[in-house]
Amino acid sequence: MFLSIDGLSAGYGGTRVLEDVSFSLERGEIVSLIGPSGSGKSTVLRCLVGLVPPEAGRIALDGSAVDYTSRAAVRGVRDRLAIVFQQYNLFQNMTALDNVAIAPLKVKGWPKAEVMADAKRLLDTVGLGDKHGAYPDQLSGGQQQRVAIARALALKPDVLLLDEITSALDPELVTEVLDTIRGLAANGMTMLVVSHEMAFVREVSSRVLFMDRGRVIETGPPAELFDAPRTERARDFVTKILRH
Amino acid sequence: MFATLIAEAPRFFTYWNMVFLATAVGNTLVMAFAGCGLGLLFGLGLAVTRAERIVHVAPLRWLAILFVEVFRRIPVLVLLLFVFFTFQLLGFSLHALAVGTIAIVLRASSLFAENFRAGIESVHPNQWDAAEVMNLSPLQTLRLTVLPQAWPVILPPMTIGLVGMIKATSLASQISVLELTFAARQLNQRGFSALIAFGTILVIYFVISWGVARLGASVERRLVPQHRRA
Ligand SMILES: Nc1ncnc2c1ncn2[C@@H]1O[C@H](COP(=O)(O)OP(=O)(O)OP(=O)(O)O)[C@@H](O)[C@H]1O
Ligand SMILES: [Mg+2]
Repeated sequence: MFLSIDGLSAGYGGTRVLEDVSFSLERGEIVSLIGPSGSGKSTVLRCLVGLVPPEAGRIALDGSAVDYTSRAAVRGVRDRLAIVFQQYNLFQNMTALDNVAIAPLKVKGWPKAEVMADAKRLLDTVGLGDKHGAYPDQLSGGQQQRVAIARALALKPDVLLLDEITSALDPELVTEVLDTIRGLAANGMTMLVVSHEMAFVREVSSRVLFMDRGRVIETGPPAELFDAPRTERARDFVTKILRH
Repeated sequence: MFATLIAEAPRFFTYWNMVFLATAVGNTLVMAFAGCGLGLLFGLGLAVTRAERIVHVAPLRWLAILFVEVFRRIPVLVLLLFVFFTFQLLGFSLHALAVGTIAIVLRASSLFAENFRAGIESVHPNQWDAAEVMNLSPLQTLRLTVLPQAWPVILPPMTIGLVGMIKATSLASQISVLELTFAARQLNQRGFSALIAFGTILVIYFVISWGVARLGASVERRLVPQHRRA
């Protein structure tokens, strides 16, 4: 297992919102996380990158457990896992290009010319070749989300965590992003994807996890989970989503 | 009124009186600039110390909060006397100008700390999250993205605070610092009319305050990009 999560529990200020969550990802695999609003999908991703401290359980990368109480260990994890947030979280005072280049320059200390060329190429890849100098508040939600994807890729992570990245995109742009994601998958990028776009999930993921009230209720290949859910709650959720 | 002023002017604007006033202007400026300069530095330090995303040691944050809450609530005059008698008790005989400057530093630090804090808190927490997951350090985050976004919130009240500190230096006349207000009172006691003595320092105070306000506005122009200005 490349990334494995075992019995993870976590919460905010005493309220448990994740209870005994377990799953794993192989290298190069794409796994999707679905479930109703508030079921804890974002919290799982926030735990993985050390924004929410795990209260119990074990998270292991490449077979070795990560000690989330150690700053150095968390830094190490963040070197390898990149997250794209539901609300993009772009730096509002920086242009699209600076958003993408800032961490490679200031954290990694990579050479400037290389970083800038790479940042431009990444923005071109996500279809923002003409928006290098635009500030986040001059971009649409979909455009901001694509800058955020480019920013995450700029750090050359091993695993990409995507939190509802298509929810803000115009339909014709979803395809574009899907192509980007497919390209990444072909290059062996491991991804954990939170999404409500059933077509998207079906297409890209090898396994789907259904979460409800902080627990993983059902796991399976997308065809199985969408077409023949075994649990009542998954069935309810899938019919609700498909009726959309 | 004008006639009295004009009649008195040649007797007032003598070389010695000008030297006397220049010394007073100098002392006012020393207190204002040293006080506010150090105040800005310590104010930023205090705001950083009490920021939860930067300092994870709670008692340190409490100390910073305590300092700010105490020193921004005490009247400046009481602060002056407090500094004066504290040093006296400790056996130091400090120059009155130093006492005045220290009092201004204490006040300015706590006031500017509040300006910085409000600015830092005005920036959405998700900016910290984004920086943190990319391994930017808290201080890098502050410098590269939080402060640049916070300047529009920090600078306008801070400029008002700076002008307020210049006005507050006049209270140092109570502990006999030869600054503008003290000088005017002395000149008045030496027989010059209150009109000319206080009128002159009024003009000087206005010029200094106006200069600081202009400085504040120009810093704001430089630090707040065009498209984000209110
Ligand atoms: N910062 C926070 N402080 C307190 N509670 C929180 C916080 N963030 C999330 N929660 C709570 O944790 C639970 C799980 O939230 P989470 O954001 O992980 O859900 P989600 O599955 O991502 O939902 P959505 O589909 O709406 O994004 C919810 O009950 C939510 O109210
Ligand atoms: Mg969410």
